[in-house]
Amino acid sequence: MIPASFEYARPRTVEEAVGQLALAGEEAKVLAGGQSLLPILRMRLAFPELLVDVGRIPGLRGVRTDGDTLVIGALTSHHDVVHDPLVRRHAGLLAAATATVADPAVRHRGTIGGSLAHADPAGDVPAAVLALDAELVVQGPDGRRSVPAREFFTDYLQTALRPDELLVEVRVPKADAWGFHYEKFQLSAQAWAVVGVAALVRRDDGRIVESRVGLSNMGPTPVRATACEEALAGADAAPDAVASAADSAAEGTRPASDLSASAEYREHLARVLTRRAVLAAADLT
Amino acid sequence: MTDQLTGREPEVGRARVRKEDARLVTGRTNWTDNITVPGLLHIAILRSPMAHARIERIDVTPALERPGVVAAYTGRDLAEGLGSLPCAWPVTEDIVLPEHPPVAVDEVRHTGDPVAVVVARDRYAAADALEAIDVDYEPLPPVLNMEAALAEGSPLVHADKGTNRCYTWPLATGEDYATVRERADVVLRRRFVQQRLIPNAMEPRAVVAVPPDTSDQYTLYSATQIPHIVRVMMAVVTGIPEHRLRVVAPDVGGGFGSKLQVYGEEAIGLAVARKLGRPVKWTESRSEGYLATHHGRDQIQDLELAATRDGRLLGLKVDLLADMGAYLMIVTPGVPLLGAFMFPGIYKMDAYDFTCTGVFTTKTPTDAYRGAGRPEATFAIERMMDELAAELGMDSVEVRRRNWIGHDEFPYTTIGGLTYDSGNYESATDKALALFGYDDLRSEQRKREERGDPVRLGIGVSTYTEMCGLAPSRILRDLRYGAGGWEAASIRMLPTGKVEVLTGTSPHGQGHVTSWSQIAADVLGVPFEDVEVLHGDTRTVPQGMDTYGSRSLVVGGVAVHRAARKVVDKARKVAAHLLEASEDDLDFADGVFSVKGSPDAHKTIQEVAFATFTSHDLPDGLEPTINAEHVEDPEAFSYPHGTHLCAVEVDTETGRVRIRSYVCVDDVGKVVNPMIVEGQVHGGLAQGIAQALFEEAVYDEEGNLVSGTMADYLVPCAADLPDFLTDRTETPATTNPLGVKGVGEAGTIASTPAVVNAVVDALRPLGVTDVRMPCTPERIWRALRDARSARPEEGSS
Ligand SMILES: Cc1cc2nc3c(=O)[nH]c(=O)nc-3n(C[C@H](O)[C@H](O)[C@H](O)COP(=O)(O)OP(=O)(O)OC[C@H]3O[C@@H](n4cnc5c(N)ncnc54)[C@H](O)[C@@H]3O)c2cc1C
Repeated sequence: MIPASFEYARPRTVEEAVGQLALAGEEAKVLAGGQSLLPILRMRLAFPELLVDVGRIPGLRGVRTDGDTLVIGALTSHHDVVHDPLVRRHAGLLAAATATVADPAVRHRGTIGGSLAHADPAGDVPAAVLALDAELVVQGPDGRRSVPAREFFTDYLQTALRPDELLVEVRVPKADAWGFHYEKFQLSAQAWAVVGVAALVRRDDGRIVESRVGLSNMGPTPVRATACEEALAGADAAPDAVASAADSAAEGTRPASDLSASAEYREHLARVLTRRAVLAAADLT
Repeated sequence: MTDQLTGREPEVGRARVRKEDARLVTGRTNWTDNITVPGLLHIAILRSPMAHARIERIDVTPALERPGVVAAYTGRDLAEGLGSLPCAWPVTEDIVLPEHPPVAVDEVRHTGDPVAVVVARDRYAAADALEAIDVDYEPLPPVLNMEAALAEGSPLVHADKGTNRCYTWPLATGEDYATVRERADVVLRRRFVQQRLIPNAMEPRAVVAVPPDTSDQYTLYSATQIPHIVRVMMAVVTGIPEHRLRVVAPDVGGGFGSKLQVYGEEAIGLAVARKLGRPVKWTESRSEGYLATHHGRDQIQDLELAATRDGRLLGLKVDLLADMGAYLMIVTPGVPLLGAFMFPGIYKMDAYDFTCTGVFTTKTPTDAYRGAGRPEATFAIERMMDELAAELGMDSVEVRRRNWIGHDEFPYTTIGGLTYDSGNYESATDKALALFGYDDLRSEQRKREERGDPVRLGIGVSTYTEMCGLAPSRILRDLRYGAGGWEAASIRMLPTGKVEVLTGTSPHGQGHVTSWSQIAADVLGVPFEDVEVLHGDTRTVPQGMDTYGSRSLVVGGVAVHRAARKVVDKARKVAAHLLEASEDDLDFADGVFSVKGSPDAHKTIQEVAFATFTSHDLPDGLEPTINAEHVEDPEAFSYPHGTHLCAVEVDTETGRVRIRSYVCVDDVGKVVNPMIVEGQVHGGLAQGIAQALFEEAVYDEEGNLVSGTMADYLVPCAADLPDFLTDRTETPATTNPLGVKGVGEAGTIASTPAVVNAVVDALRPLGVTDVRMPCTPERIWRALRDARSARPEEGSS
């Protein structure tokens, strides 16, 4: 399909970008990899007057460490996230989840920042970032602020970002001591998740000390399976205990019924997939 | 096999890499959308957002004020110069044939029905201007369910026709079914649903219409499978005299039946080019195509099978409802009838009773989709054979063996009235079973069942045959089809010894350029590289019936073969004259005429071609050409067959199906190019599996197509499919000189029932006897849950 016409700007700095966004207000849209925005424009579901292409701003792409924190630039592509050695060492869950996004073409263009700012609950990256208890750094006209992932996703395709703010960094506490697994259930090999489960588990020999479970597509935003996390805390590191904790994985979720699945089936999947993801993360398979 | 005398390896049978592919796969070629002409304007089409409504008021003038817009038309504006779009297959005398204007005038009848046309300087301006058009719709009730549509008091798709019933077409052969049924030990009744499918050719449709310029002809470039048929039909629809209309199918990127059509956009393009005297282009977007390009399948099948206790079939009764959609397109009503003769499959029985009722609904029209009627029929009989095996506690291969036509019974006239010329179901099946490891898989299946494995194994069997190679013209007449089934070829021997083959087939991915080169090279004894194949342009190849129904090789390829033989016959006369020998004394091998007994006296066919070009020394009265043409009207349909076996693993917790292995042994007679045959089989399998597990066009209760993009309509990719193990047996056709049978649809026809049979086989011990297509994880999960609650005594484990 063919998008409606729009103005196009390509700022060279974050400040310049934020300035352009502030000036245009609600009429502007940030363009990163374009993998979510362009389909929306082509389907004529949105009619921004200005696209601010942040793709060439230096310094927003790449991964570094800062003490106990992994810092990922918002423009880092899915492909780079998957293959980055620092991500693989300190946040393997993110690499695993990102590796399931679409196909190589989309992964080369799409960015981590775009995935989070777009906030599609079916996305794989948001659930992983949520489970990793990341902080999202955004920059606006008044400078930078940091938003915990748990507060970032506010509603369906809605975030804590203001129209004149740019997401610049994702700060992930290193999770070296955690076992992890991303379990994605999709209807065809390159499709979005019907349900996805991002699990992190820390255990000492016989027990699960702590777990964090992020769910994709179980409501208007990515959510944590809190009841399941609580049931797992201190539980035996054994299949039965994990299975019974996973039975509460869908508690408190509000999944949609749509063409790919009914809410009821999604709840069922959340339980089965959580059990599988936690077992794998706890090295119990 | 190498010719022992000449050392020349025959071309036919060689896995030649396709000549045409470098261009096609890089896209550096003549796709319709790549074509540009000076002064080209662009068309965008406003389409109905409603399934059914009266157009109360429509105003296109605001669009005219948009930048870049040259013209805008309503349906009424275009109605003056355009007739109704044609249906060439009125299957019964009393069929209901509604009007089908290319742009709706008073009423829209499916989402996507065109309501207005904008012409602008570029594609963007045209698309933007659509937003300015004002339409007031008065909603009418949608008609979405075939059974409800036939009930008394249903809202009507075409109110003036007074009914939603398009036609009812019966066929009863053999003994009286009701009588035969009395003798039966077992009578099985099942309802199967063939979901609606969207064809998804890689290249979207596109049209470029050019008004007369240096010649007095209009030129229509169209991404079509059928340039010759489009020419005739467009002459009728637009009133442009046929001799003033040239139709070109440039390189076309797939069709699967969806471009076997005469589309409104072709007529709109010509009408606008005529009004404005300017060339225009229209290219559909994918989501536009989902509404505007015809759909496939969509049948409700009620079946009854009567058999004896030892598994012998007695009779089959078939009641079909076939969804026509909102209008009848070129062969819409005939598609289900291409299956009418195929429900008995490869089996013998005493009675057969078939009825099909076509029904109008407010959905996109249906028409041919790869297999067209035959996948539906094969699915039904092959599912029923498995149901019968289960009912009798018999092995599913064994029940088929007891009923199929034996290899020593050919030619065999079936209960459906077709005469199958040749086949060997035993040998294809035995080969497939061996490759598959049938017995080992059955034993693994039992073990999994015994230990209550949550992942179950299922084994699906499907045999098939099909009537393809459309078709003997007289049979088409008997079926009330509006055209013949011949195909034309001509061969031009150029002065330098190179060869042009002109074919009336219209390849859109099948590799005719390569295969026809192989056929011609063998007959003429020229190098494969020296043959060029021209197609798809009514100016270059004036006569043709185009490509569909697995007909191109068995009709068009045979025409090439026969035309080449005529060339050799003509060349023999010239060679005899040049060699001062009698024709009877000439041998012809490997492109060389030589005098029997004196091998030094010889002329190559290239030398003969040059001598004919100069014509300085030809026998008196001989026409100075060795070019030849042939129009082939086949004596019979073609009946390929095969046995397909599929093993699936079903995760009973999530309902997910994984195809573990897939084996098929197809018999397509003699093979011209094994690599192309394998490609056809692979693609066909992918499409058949897509129907079994992935694809479905879904409408909501208002009649909106909700699976309206590729995010929701799941076309599987390579990663969704297993490695296919394909093999062949070779039982030559006896009805054509090449011994070839059609292969284009085989994979699609056999794979759908093989996969669904496998899924049901995995779940049958758990109480599931059917899963509606596509067998999605949720459907399987629900089927298992329903089966569990229906058999509570067996516990919940
Ligand atoms: C065919 C296809 C399949 C896909 N499948 C999956 C899948 O399976 N799983 C999955 O998770 N995703 C999938 N995606 C989406 C993909 O992950 C996108 O890359 C991602 O959602 C958006 O990233 P982007 O860089 O392309 O953002 P864009 O499309 O450029 O932008 C998306 C939105 O985010 C905003 N935005 C982008 N960057 C910033 C920023 N730095 N600051 C503020 N706002 C910003 C934009 O304004 C826009 O609203 C798929 C996409 C396609 C096309």
